[in-house]
Amino acid sequence: MIRVTLPYHLRVLAGTGKEVQLSVEEPVTQRAVIDALEATYPTLRGTIRDPVTERRRAFVRFFACEEDISHEPPDAPLPPEVADGREAFHVVGAMAGG
Amino acid sequence: MTAVRVLVGTQKGGFVLTSDGSRKEWQVSGPHFGGWEIYHMVGSPADPDRLFASQSSSWFGQVVQRSDDGGRSWQPVGNEFTYEGTPGPHQWYDGTPHPWEFARVWHFEPSPTDPDVVFAGAEDAAIFKSTDGGASWVELPGLRTHATAPNWQPGAGGMCVHTILVDPTDPERMHVAISAAGVFRSEDGGTTWRPANRGLKSEGIPDSEAEVGHCVHRIARHPERSETLFMQKHWDVMRSDDGGDSWREISGDLPSDFGFPIGVHAHEPDTVYVVPIKSDSEHYPPEGKLRVYRSRTGGEDWEPLTKGLPQADCYVNVLRDAMAIDTMDPCGVYFGTTGGQVYGSADAGDSWQPIVRDLPRVLSVEVQALA
Repeated sequence: MIRVTLPYHLRVLAGTGKEVQLSVEEPVTQRAVIDALEATYPTLRGTIRDPVTERRRAFVRFFACEEDISHEPPDAPLPPEVADGREAFHVVGAMAGG
Repeated sequence: MTAVRVLVGTQKGGFVLTSDGSRKEWQVSGPHFGGWEIYHMVGSPADPDRLFASQSSSWFGQVVQRSDDGGRSWQPVGNEFTYEGTPGPHQWYDGTPHPWEFARVWHFEPSPTDPDVVFAGAEDAAIFKSTDGGASWVELPGLRTHATAPNWQPGAGGMCVHTILVDPTDPERMHVAISAAGVFRSEDGGTTWRPANRGLKSEGIPDSEAEVGHCVHRIARHPERSETLFMQKHWDVMRSDDGGDSWREISGDLPSDFGFPIGVHAHEPDTVYVVPIKSDSEHYPPEGKLRVYRSRTGGEDWEPLTKGLPQADCYVNVLRDAMAIDTMDPCGVYFGTTGGQVYGSADAGDSWQPIVRDLPRVLSVEVQALA
């Protein structure tokens, strides 16, 4: 199972806890994880990436294995530690605003 | 009528204020969707327990919430707002072309007769329609693709459709207002649109009497007099008696004709309310006195309404969608401020009381009178 952590507002919107677990078929990529997340929690559709362009929203970042992988291609394989569930895929909201 | 429900959208969540018909004691529910910007919350005239809320954030985009039980519970519905075709550019603040991009919904306008039909006014300026209670949205592209649209420019808050009026006597007749393009009217349910800005004069644009380009802040009308429209423009309070084909100024003796909201009395079509603001550079009331001005003559002659409102050291603003009027008798008038106060009057503006004082910045206020 793939582990995904969510920022506070998306947890509330999805009605779930900080971490969710998803079944994702190989290859495990950013796109595959977000597709699975949106399929499991349809209320999150459009909140992480634009529903039309599928571009990641500017104030959302993806972290894994202590690296910022936001700018990796969406179809690039995620680290094996994420694919086998040892590490979580982190969806992070930018620390900005008032 | 036995109850009144005031829907308040703020920068950090939505609030539902309820009272009985006396409108003296209020219960506060919220924040709903805490931490999110609630640009607008409004109820369906056809089913008062059906509410729509525009929930958005710079982080996570647009969410549309719907309640079918008067705000006790909510469910997210459709949030895909896709422009038809390949959107061309409009003008950016600096006059350069800028691609049309959806940012948020500023305003929902539910159908007066069908609870499943609701219009959405969007930034960047466009109008969308749902016929399934908000589950899905389709653009009415005739507005955004109007021949003048490539020359539209944003107002300070963004280039938004912030006002939608549906004629209660003929739902095919609609008006929208766009900052900073002006008023457009449709006679065919939103398929085609034409500008309705003749008579407006705006200093600060190259042609002060241009067909489009006016920063219209709000338009309003009485449901039983559909040809008469009232407008609070960036500067100037205006009136039209031919459905927007021509406008004349009615600012009269106001201390300032700059402001944002404008509203019409529920039972007196010539009684109008505005909240004058000192200037476009200083968005607070003149002299630090929060005064609603009422005209009982359809404009020109205005009286300050001050009883119960702060008359010293008050420097809040009242935004364009943050005033509402109920249909009780006498009608109630409500407005919210950028300082988080929501004031209400149960006597058509003669006296006021703060319903709640310390909310986040108020973005919108709507009211429902419930049987």
